[in-house]
Amino acid sequence: MISVQACLDGILLGILFALIAYGMALQWGVMNIINIAQGDLVILGGYIAYFMYLYGIHPAWGVIVSPIIMYFVGIAIYKLVINKVVDRDLFISILATFGISILFMQLMNFAFGADVVLANSGYGTTMLFDNNVVLPNSKIFSAFISILFAICLVIYMKKSKLGRAIRATAQNARAAKILGVDTEKVYAATFGINAALCGVAGALISITFTIHPYMGLPYTIRSFMIVIVAGLGNLPGVAMSGMGLGIFEEFADYILGTEFRIGSVFLLLVLILVYRRFKLSRKREYLK
Amino acid sequence: MKIKNIIITFFSALALLISTSTISFSKVVGDKIILGAAISLTGKYSSNGVHTQNGYNMAVDRINSMGGVKVGGKTYKFDIIYYDDESNPKRAAQLAERLISQDGVEFMLGPYSSGLTKAIAPVTEKYGVPMVEANGASRSLFTKGYKYLFAVLAPANLYLDVAIDLAVEKNNGKGVTVAMAFEQDAFSQDVRLGVLDAIERTGSKKVIDDKLPKELNDMAATLVKVKQMKPDVLVVSGHTKGALTAIRQIAEMKVDVPMLAMTHCDAAKLSKQHGKNSQYALCASQWHKTLTYKDDFFKDGMTYDADFTKEFGYAPPYQAAESSAALLVFKDAFERANSFDQKKVRDALAATNMQTFYGNIKFAPGGQNVDKPMVLFQVMCDDGGKCENKVVAPTKWASAKLIHPIPSWSER
Repeated sequence: MISVQACLDGILLGILFALIAYGMALQWGVMNIINIAQGDLVILGGYIAYFMYLYGIHPAWGVIVSPIIMYFVGIAIYKLVINKVVDRDLFISILATFGISILFMQLMNFAFGADVVLANSGYGTTMLFDNNVVLPNSKIFSAFISILFAICLVIYMKKSKLGRAIRATAQNARAAKILGVDTEKVYAATFGINAALCGVAGALISITFTIHPYMGLPYTIRSFMIVIVAGLGNLPGVAMSGMGLGIFEEFADYILGTEFRIGSVFLLLVLILVYRRFKLSRKREYLK
Repeated sequence: MKIKNIIITFFSALALLISTSTISFSKVVGDKIILGAAISLTGKYSSNGVHTQNGYNMAVDRINSMGGVKVGGKTYKFDIIYYDDESNPKRAAQLAERLISQDGVEFMLGPYSSGLTKAIAPVTEKYGVPMVEANGASRSLFTKGYKYLFAVLAPANLYLDVAIDLAVEKNNGKGVTVAMAFEQDAFSQDVRLGVLDAIERTGSKKVIDDKLPKELNDMAATLVKVKQMKPDVLVVSGHTKGALTAIRQIAEMKVDVPMLAMTHCDAAKLSKQHGKNSQYALCASQWHKTLTYKDDFFKDGMTYDADFTKEFGYAPPYQAAESSAALLVFKDAFERANSFDQKKVRDALAATNMQTFYGNIKFAPGGQNVDKPMVLFQVMCDDGGKCENKVVAPTKWASAKLIHPIPSWSER
């Protein structure tokens, strides 16, 4: 039963990670920017839901309000900083987003205080297999909402004009520009959409786990890891990779101990990179 | 051109001379005893840093308004120079250096947290500056042979061993099974060592010994093990994150355990954030307002609580109370030393034996306070959902009877 519990916990957790990672993959693919501030945007989204909760509004409404506010925060960050580094070296953008990350941490600490906070959803618990497997409904809700947003996004990217423009820019920004796509607008929208996804994830995290101004980095690392494994522009890959990572983390926690949880994620990242390199080198030999 | 250079050099030298001479005031200026403190006013410890600062300020105002410090027949008043250490140990050490070597401070108050105190202690030791600290409980601070470090609080290893004793007592003196989950930081690991000692002393058995990561926000794996192993006691220490995460997930996963003991419930505002879900949790605390210790300045815990709440608009957590106590210790030591000589004040501090509203204070050779036991309170809620912390151990201070075992979730 422990295995079933670990698998289900891992899947539910992984779906949430995948949502954050999808935002990162989208923006990385379109703008070639690795956003170190991804986790901090998530936490900011969480605070929006938390403040709604403080003012007596159910935090679940945060999944609607938080992405709307975060979209505009994303646009603002793009206009102020990202558009100045979007065509530059990848290293510059990493530095810029690292700076944004530090700034956000400090501003959140200044504005919201350094206390660890959470929003209680009061959703209760689902018991399965003769009460041997326990799933908090808040985690099930989080996974459901994450899937819902992912599906909406995929449809939007396929059907809408802006979605098609974003995909075109990701494939070849120069060609898209020549064909009349306003890439500047596309970049701003992409960054906004990513921030909105972080807003959704943050609201879900505030009702599932805890939030704190300095808690963003683990989410950045996990989404980076998922994108590295799944590749860019591959939503099913990101979803599978997210769930796989979630299950792997839960099992590592049970078998090796909680202290090795994050360490095992890094180990897995190294193993996957080595394996990929090995596979690539074999392919190259074959091509010769 | 030459004359111009000479004039510039002359004025630069003069400016340098004036600037260095104005900032190098000594520890006593006029009728003021200047203490130095690096406090976390920003960064991740800023909440508790502010509690610490409020505690210091409250005591300074109180002591000054009640006659100040009498040394050599003259009355002095306390004043504190604060710097923000940004919750960063390196910065804290730099600021301690600055307070001592640039600002001329000769007596220091401690920062918030064991980690920052560890960073500052070598600096104060190097310069022979007596430091009374109120927020560094890690055992490792008191095993390094520091001569100028004095802590008014009980060391970390004493935080939760009372809980194991209590569980054994409830089990008719027989050993119990213990599940442990401790964060990997100096403080929590010291708490763990204390619990391990208690386990060995009482013939108990540890069944789970998990180390929680610093970026902890999910304890589900540990709690599943707890559900399987059914221990008699679950002990958790992971600062406010640990306390909040544990209560949330224990409630969500309906984990039944006869006794749940943890640290930092006060700082985590457990009963406020989790309401009835936090009911029955046992929490280690350095101080509680209902304790009956007394002094001339704050009278007792209840009066301190009322006065602090009036001044700062919130009830004092123990971090504030122990910070206020640090000033009372300094005042007592200055008056007994009857001098501002650092060595004499240090010796007077080492010989401290007093009672404050916060508790008895008597320092061991390592600098830790050995005369003040920890207290355990239990979160108790009424039918309307209003929760209160009530002291249940040690029995001498208990204001309520321990509820044990904790009713199962199906009965709640």
